[in-house]
Amino acid sequence: MNWVLFAQQLVNGLSLGAIYAVIALGYTMVYGIIELINFAHGDVYTAGSFVALATLTLLGASRHMAAAGLVFALIVTFLVAMLVMGGTGVVIERFAYRPLRGRPRLAPLLTAIGVSFSLENLLQLWMGPSPVPFPQLIPNPFFALGPVSVSQMQLFVIFSSVVMMVALHFFVVHTKLGKAMRATAQDWMAAEIMGIDINKTIALTFFIGSLLAGAAGVITGLFYGNIWFINGFRAGLIAFTAAVLGGIGNTTGAALGGFVIGFIEVMTAQYVGFQWAEVTIFSVLILVLIFRPTGLLGQQLPERT
Amino acid sequence: MRILRRLTPYRTPVIILVLFLCFPLIDHNAGHVNAAADAAVFVLLALGLNIVVGFAGLLDLGYAAFFAIGSYTYALAASPFYGLHLPFWPMLLVAAIVAGVFGALLGAPTLRLRGDYLAIVTLGFGEIVPTVFLNLPKYTGGTNGVVGIDKPTVFGYQFGFNPTPYYYTLIVIIVLSVIGILRLRDSRLGRAWLAVREDEIAAASMGIDLTATKLLAFSFGAFFSGFGGALYVAKLGIVSPDQFNFTVSFTILAMVVLGGMGNVFGVIAGAAILYEFQTLFLNDLTQWSHSLGQSLGIRVLTTINFVDLKFLLYGLGLVLLMLLRPEGLFPERRIRAIVTETVAAEVPVVGTAAVADSHGADTTPPGAA
Repeated sequence: MNWVLFAQQLVNGLSLGAIYAVIALGYTMVYGIIELINFAHGDVYTAGSFVALATLTLLGASRHMAAAGLVFALIVTFLVAMLVMGGTGVVIERFAYRPLRGRPRLAPLLTAIGVSFSLENLLQLWMGPSPVPFPQLIPNPFFALGPVSVSQMQLFVIFSSVVMMVALHFFVVHTKLGKAMRATAQDWMAAEIMGIDINKTIALTFFIGSLLAGAAGVITGLFYGNIWFINGFRAGLIAFTAAVLGGIGNTTGAALGGFVIGFIEVMTAQYVGFQWAEVTIFSVLILVLIFRPTGLLGQQLPERT
Repeated sequence: MRILRRLTPYRTPVIILVLFLCFPLIDHNAGHVNAAADAAVFVLLALGLNIVVGFAGLLDLGYAAFFAIGSYTYALAASPFYGLHLPFWPMLLVAAIVAGVFGALLGAPTLRLRGDYLAIVTLGFGEIVPTVFLNLPKYTGGTNGVVGIDKPTVFGYQFGFNPTPYYYTLIVIIVLSVIGILRLRDSRLGRAWLAVREDEIAAASMGIDLTATKLLAFSFGAFFSGFGGALYVAKLGIVSPDQFNFTVSFTILAMVVLGGMGNVFGVIAGAAILYEFQTLFLNDLTQWSHSLGQSLGIRVLTTINFVDLKFLLYGLGLVLLMLLRPEGLFPERRIRAIVTETVAAEVPVVGTAAVADSHGADTTPPGAA
């Protein structure tokens, strides 16, 4: 076995997994609080890439800008994409999911699929049915870590993802709003009696989850150099697998699951064949759900039909 | 006379059936007959999915996987790919049985799952099956798929590329399937499906074997997709993995939901309406809007293409349907009636289902009206 190659793939898996992890956070937060698989989440992530591209085009950002201007453009792009997607998440929750709360499970699930298809179609209408090139703004030199090479972009992806995860963790654990979210997820009725505004808390959850998805969308565009309207379907499915693998409802688990799925994907591509990566990931999802439905870190959730 | 009397409750479907039988005689446009034949394939698929989603209440988001398996079964058995040229009619049944077996095989590991986990796993299966067909070019033709699939013959009559005989064959199979499905629904198994749908825990405590009941729902549901698949590829003459992506599963599901989950005739209507909507109506609408835009001088109307908006319309339609009329256009009145009728008289299993509406009050999530 070629250990250098293995170590190199480990690094690649880390950067791929970081993006999955950030998307998975949104799935797991929403599922934790209203027990809904938000199928539209993957498309919100892709929409983030599209909004970022539009913003960069509007700002006229290019590689030849001065470094300060470039950093400014990137910060503005991140802010715009995150806020727009956060707002989109809130709107989706308000108009598609909230009226269906308390209905039989099938209704909100089908609604989520409907929202997902609408978003995909809108993105396709916006920028066309083929992949769209995304400007490569960040210079991408490679650093040698012994025999393994790491690109600056990979470091950027991992660093920004970890920053978001830490920020989310801090928010959920140490702020009052975070406490309200945890309380609502645990027992909404008791939370309401304690004076927590349930609707606001759920909207906030959607806002933060979609905000993270928007950021992941920007990172994806910068990292891969092209974006495609259909990306969200596959990425969403894989990120959901990551959330389930980590234990749905558990944010630490979602991050862990994202990295594990990233490793599984690159290792399958390396040692079996890239065309089998998806099959392997979904097989992992099925096996996890059958043998350990609570995931790696999940606690026992009440069973629901 | 006896036959007439037995048909009386079904007089509306019978009249509609007669109209459909006359359709190719009146409309000689081969394109329309072709669209009708394709719609009939989707009617079969919707009927099958209705067993899983409508009767047993199991959300299957990967139904196209079984459609793919049925299609490939016939394609590989009756094409130059393996040099096998097995006859169509027995293979039609074989394709359905193979799809049914895979329904049980893929259903088996998912039985322990509940609700939306089941949805996501079936979605995964729906992705895995076409990918496997894609990735094994030695055995399935890979990206190019299988071409030159044999056309059916009846007593020396060649079906060829004329859509009319396919249309009539499909009508016959749909009629047989509907009779079979209605009998199935009223059987012990069918009533068990409905009970599981209404309240799984109550059904289990009344002695229903959940594993067998769900497994059979998956299996029977897949069975009908096998018919649809074999006829579909025989008519088309070619099969490739990209014919079975998630949009197909989604479209079939939208048909079932639109028509009214659980109502056999509603589901047929849903499938026919949605198929004609996407193939004929959206084209016509685009042309109307173009000519209207030209005569009025409105630019937007001349450039809009409603076919490109298909999935946006489906998506928004599904959301609106769930918000405003979640039971679909033609809700299953008859099954409701059966469920309430037999509370006192018949099996306790069905009785438990009647109280399902009041159940769940203690678990109603926040903000519910």
